[in-house]
Order: sequence, then C-alpha cells, then structure tokens
Amino acid sequence: MFSIIGLLSKWMLPAILAFIPLYGAFRKVPVYESFIEGAKEGFPTAIALIPHLVGMMVAVSIFRESGALHFFLQGLAPLLSWFGFPEEVLPLSLLRPISGAGSLAFVESIYRTYGPDSFVGRLASTMQGSTDTTLFVLTVYFGAVGIRRSLYAVKVGFLADFAGFLASWLIVSMVFG
Amino acid sequence: MVNYIWLFMIVSGIVAAAAQGKIEVVTRAALQGASEAVAVCIGLISIMVFWMGIMRIAQDSNLLQKFANLLRPFVQWLFPGIPANHPAMGYILSNISANLFGLGNAATPMGIKAMEEMQKLNPDPKTATPAMCTLLALNTSGLTLIPTTIIGLRMKYGSLDPTEIIGTTLFATCCSTLAAILLDRWYRRRHERAAL
Repeated sequence: MFSIIGLLSKWMLPAILAFIPLYGAFRKVPVYESFIEGAKEGFPTAIALIPHLVGMMVAVSIFRESGALHFFLQGLAPLLSWFGFPEEVLPLSLLRPISGAGSLAFVESIYRTYGPDSFVGRLASTMQGSTDTTLFVLTVYFGAVGIRRSLYAVKVGFLADFAGFLASWLIVSMVFG
Repeated sequence: MVNYIWLFMIVSGIVAAAAQGKIEVVTRAALQGASEAVAVCIGLISIMVFWMGIMRIAQDSNLLQKFANLLRPFVQWLFPGIPANHPAMGYILSNISANLFGLGNAATPMGIKAMEEMQKLNPDPKTATPAMCTLLALNTSGLTLIPTTIIGLRMKYGSLDPTEIIGTTLFATCCSTLAAILLDRWYRRRHERAAL
C-alpha cells in the first residue's frame, strides 16, 4: 500500500509537469509565454506576505523563547493529564497549531528521549502528521490577498486541530496501546 | 480574534521574560522571528513563481475548468457561494489534490491563487468571505495521504517501522478535516443568520 502511494507521489510531479504544457500546446496555447505571464505574479505575491509573516512569527518567537508558552503548558498539564492524556506529548497540542518548526523540534526531542517506536513517539508522530500549522496557514493564505478580518476562521482552525489531537490519541491507543 | 492572539503572545511573552529576569531574551526572539519569516518568504518566491507559471498554462488551456467540472457536485456543496464556472473552483480543486498527494510546495501557490480568485467576488476586500474560510479550514486541518516529513524524521531516529503511523495519521487527519468542515458549516450558518 505504502509503496504504491510512495510511487504515486514520486511520479505525480513529473507527470503533471509533462501533462499541463502538452495539453496547453494541444489547445494552441503559447505555453512558454503563458508560463511567463503567470509566473510574473509569483514574486509580488511572495513579497506581499513578508509583513504578515514577520508580524506573526515575531509574536510566536517571543511567546516561545520567553518561556510564556512553557508557563501556560504547566497550567494546562494537570487538567489534561487528569483525562489520561500522556503528559510528555502535552506541549505538542499547544505548539502544533502555532509553530511548525517549533512543533517539529519538539517531536524530535520526543524521539530522542523515548524513541520513535514508543507509545508517545507514535502519538507525537500522528499528531504532528495529521494537522497543519493553523496560524501559519491563516497568515499566508489571508495575508496574500490582504484579508484583515478573518471572521470565524481562527476558531474553526483551532477546534479542528483539537479534534485531530483527540482522534490521534484515540486511534494510537487502540492500534498500539 | 487574530488581534487578541497576537497581542496576547507578545505581552505575555514580555511579562514572562521580565518575571524571570531575562528581559534580553525578548529582543533576540523578536529579531530571530522576523528573520525566520523573511527567510520563509524568500523561499516561497521560487515556488510561487514556478507554480503560478505552470498553473497559468492550465488556466489558459481551460484544463483547470475541466478538472473543476469533474468534481463539481462535491465542490459546489462545499463552496455554495462560488459560481459553478468561476476559475476559483479549478484552483480550489488543485489545492486540495496537491495537499492529498503530499505536494505541499504546490498546494500553497494554488491555495493563494484560489484566494485571489475568491477575492474578486468579495464585496469587502478586507474581510474574509465564508468561502475563503472554508478553503482555509480544509488547509489548516492538513488533509494528507502520506505524512512524508514525519516518516523521514522517524527514519532518521532509527524507527524499526517508520511508516507504521500512516494508518493512524490518516484516521486522525480525516477526523480533523471532517471536524473542520462541520465546524465551518456551523459557524457559517450562524454568521449568515447574524448578517440578516
């Protein structure tokens, strides 16, 4: 199963890369000029993201490096471990939605301490792999088009992450527990 | 809400640093965060330029439209606010497919293109539309078939079976995506009722 999906992933990109221009040529589209026209938009879009991303990543960095994140986790720990959630992985549930690099570094520290094949290692893997960095995705996608008011998107993102963590805990306990 | 989260992270960080008598950490953390952010954006330039070029060919040759037609009922159900023939549909589907197949690099430019197309339908360009929130919900829940980064990391740390977490991850990501879709629906209804 995995080898098929792995093979598919490896071939997907070259296949798309061959198919789109070929189809374009077949449809009499001047493919190279069309590519350049579209590509022109890439640069300003990436640059327009800078203020949004700087603003968000500065705040996340201060929150993490100052120890404030750690402090809030300690406050949360007794509450969640009361439900039986493994204390070692707990910080990940707060870190994952706000910082992609930070949560990945945390997963590495779990692997180093407990090993990737331990229960907490498997749980951390599943939690990290099953959701994306909500705050980052929000900043990039809305920032790129200049959206300032995000309605209920933040709430939905964080609540869905939480649902994902509960599901990870449940399934890892059932499969590997 | 983003305003409050942002303010909260900065102020609580400064208070925490001051309380521990290591206020100098704040300046270092701020500058470090800023330079990381710029590095991310610079890294995005090449990806965005490349994929937006390729996707323009797909758009000019009507391929994107064809692709959108294939899965129209599903996407129409998810995004009732977007006209069926709108170019945003093709980009939304490309974004979802790229995410599914683990082409994270391609997913971001396509998602941004989808947002740009949806922005054209937006009466108030500073405020997100419900359709934009739906696309965002699908992306933040991180729907993917194979978590490639994690598998690589497990390999690096000598896991005996690095891929054993694919099944559990797939289950969890389906749950969080389902939760995202349902929550999005619920909040959208509430938002639309409030607007009436």
